Amino acid sequence: MTADNAIQIELTKTPITSDPLAARVADSGAGATVSFLGTVRDEHHGRAVDRLEYDAYGSMAQSEMRKIAETIRERWSVKRVVMVHRLGMLEIGEVSIGIALSLPHRVEAFDALRYAIDTFKETVPIWKREYFRDGESIWVEGS
Amino acid sequence: MKIEVLLFASLRDRAGSLSVAVDLSSPQTVAALRETIASDHPALAPGLAASRIAVDSEFRDDDYTIPAGAEVAVIPPVSGG
Repeated sequence: MTADNAIQIELTKTPITSDPLAARVADSGAGATVSFLGTVRDEHHGRAVDRLEYDAYGSMAQSEMRKIAETIRERWSVKRVVMVHRLGMLEIGEVSIGIALSLPHRVEAFDALRYAIDTFKETVPIWKREYFRDGESIWVEGS
Repeated sequence: MKIEVLLFASLRDRAGSLSVAVDLSSPQTVAALRETIASDHPALAPGLAASRIAVDSEFRDDDYTIPAGAEVAVIPPVSGG
């Protein structure tokens, strides 16, 4: 991990670009947009990981994801939400999940986002297989 | 009632297949399904205990009655995100 750009602070007169996921929830009624990206880490409990594989019960995964999206739209005044999960083989650093949502006020934004990712990890039928550097691979069940 | 039960993650590896067939006699509940899978496919028993059962893409409790023609799946603890 390089420390060169661990902290980056700027004041700018040029437009600040948003990430593509956040751009998908742009809404004129939104005062805040928050996003979460889950990325593939290079170790698990101190054991070196080379890559991950994700598998899903696709039809049910999508219906559970839709339930989460509908719940946050009802419970918080979420305008728009996008929720994407990657399947197949992923390398270190790649994005496994992305969630972005927009709503009128920032205070609610973090609560809604936190609920979305926490609930996702409990209810959406997707599983990861960790491929360790030592050659072993295991399905992870539970987080 | 014959049911093709979908498997995922470690249960799929243990069974060596994407699904297992079970013949469920009365009562056709989730609890009875669990017992039948465990006795017909002992290799699945340990993982089955920690798993939830989904019927037509909804998590269902042990007392739920499985309708004919339903899509049934064993859902081990999930690890997406």
